[in-house]
Amino acid sequence: MRLKGRVWKFGDNIDTDVIIPARYLSSTDPTILGDHCMEPLDPSFSKKVKKGDIIIGGFNFGCGSSREHAPIAISALGIPLIIAKSFARIFYRNAFNKGLALLEADIFDEIDQGEEIVVDLSTGIIKWGLNEVKAKSIPPFMVELVNEGGLINYLRKKLEEENEKI
Amino acid sequence: MGMTLTEKILAAHAGKEYVEPGEIIEAKLDLCLANDITAPLSLEEFDRVGAKKVFDPEKVVFVLDHFTPNKDIPSAENCKKIREFSKKFSINHVYDGGACGIEHALLPEEGLVVPGDVVIGADSHTCTYGALGAFSTGVGSTDLTYGMVTGKNWFKVPESIKFHCTGKWQKWVTGKDLILNIIGMIGVDGALYASMEYDGDAISALSMDSRFAIANMAIEAGAKNGIFRADEKTLAYVNGRGKRPFTVFESDSDAKYREIYEINVGELDLKVACPSLPSNVKDAKELYNIRIDQVVIGSCTNGRIEDLAMAATVLKNKKVAQDVRCIVIPATPKIYLEAMRRGYLEIFMEAGCIISPPTCGPCLGGHMGILAKGEKAIATTNRNFVGRMGHPESEVYLSGPAVAAASAVKGLIIHPSEVV
Ligand code: SF4
Repeated sequence: MRLKGRVWKFGDNIDTDVIIPARYLSSTDPTILGDHCMEPLDPSFSKKVKKGDIIIGGFNFGCGSSREHAPIAISALGIPLIIAKSFARIFYRNAFNKGLALLEADIFDEIDQGEEIVVDLSTGIIKWGLNEVKAKSIPPFMVELVNEGGLINYLRKKLEEENEKI
Repeated sequence: MGMTLTEKILAAHAGKEYVEPGEIIEAKLDLCLANDITAPLSLEEFDRVGAKKVFDPEKVVFVLDHFTPNKDIPSAENCKKIREFSKKFSINHVYDGGACGIEHALLPEEGLVVPGDVVIGADSHTCTYGALGAFSTGVGSTDLTYGMVTGKNWFKVPESIKFHCTGKWQKWVTGKDLILNIIGMIGVDGALYASMEYDGDAISALSMDSRFAIANMAIEAGAKNGIFRADEKTLAYVNGRGKRPFTVFESDSDAKYREIYEINVGELDLKVACPSLPSNVKDAKELYNIRIDQVVIGSCTNGRIEDLAMAATVLKNKKVAQDVRCIVIPATPKIYLEAMRRGYLEIFMEAGCIISPPTCGPCLGGHMGILAKGEKAIATTNRNFVGRMGHPESEVYLSGPAVAAASAVKGLIIHPSEVV
């Protein structure tokens, strides 16, 4: 899959409280969550970002809470991919479970806000201007999960098969 | 090659003799937990997959602790959905109303987690139960749904990091100061994906309440879990509460660790994590003239009886400084009652504190103590990220109960020896 979009940069240790502040968690509606995404860092982010744009982060992106509202809020804005130096563990798992792609690559310091990048998800090749970088490969188990359409689709299929047997 | 405590528990639950770090396994679950924020998403997914039942109604727990007593209409609707779901699927472990306490203080207290368990919770501080010698970790709502339906989930076996702690604890210093010190030392991603294991005579000397506080903040170092070997103190705690039979696992002497840290707790003084990362740790004595507007003594980290006891020692016959709100939140109804019997609540009321019912409330900026623009708080909670307790331009300092209570009296962040 090939993705092309503008870059939004967000630094190290971007935590789930800034991705979506807890006061909005009484909603599970993606549109509402998206509207408040990154609000503490940039209150107008959700207005400025366009579908297909890509987030670039530093170390430990998504640290903090296990709230799945965080990847949901990001996806709701039409952001298909985050590239960071590293990701927090629960966020990593949640994003893949929810179908938000993540790549680990150390490009934060090389790239400017607003630049356009092109990413080939299957090879992990990231290109912008005259630069080309290959992201760390995704563990095979995660690829399998993504191919199955996320954990819930995988489970649904499994349950349907069991029901057919009965 | 030997195995660590974490590896042994995971191997046993995957039906294997041996596992090693990096390996992906499918493990059986002993307990699945969700709260009033994360359960609604899980229940939506549950509907979506078309599941007809949960794998074992006795092994699913819902705690309605975050936005309760219901803070607004959407929170009330969420709690209602969880209650209805629980009735429909015969889930009895629902902690609500007067039975509600903060999940990670409540589950051990109720004996729902025992040594050797594998527990997942749709809450990042599920790692708290490592204090009991269990493997427990936070997951998202989707993973929780998968667990609730199948009774299993996949895990990557983590590498282990050992913290070997020796020496004699100084006055006022608790497990909270040790874990803040460790996070300050290794950073908020210092244990990313790894297991943090604690041992040594300084750990044996620690109370269960302090061990819970240490295990609780494993996630603030990026870890998958924090874990302690179940010793006599653990067994004394579990016996009489534990609802299931259990197995005690121990690390082998030739188990492999990614790193081993030697810590002399005798050198530790009281710590404070400054805004806006839990790793921004300083000695309380280094901080001068930091005025505070609010103090929060509570949460799944430090809302237990030992914490309230320490706060009461500091606040006895003292007054909370003018212009400071000091909110005390006993973490569970049992802790609340015990604090009442011991006379702590009277001490807090006479000092001018506000006593809240057991709730997460201000810890995550939910309700019951939100900060305005420019305000500062010191809290015994576990996170001080930007905007965690309210306005994006408010600030949170993290400490143990003694520093928090002393700061309430002075209106400045201060070491308790300056007050008592
Ligand atoms: S007290 Fe705070 S950290 Fe603990 S479960 Fe509640 S919100 Fe989370």
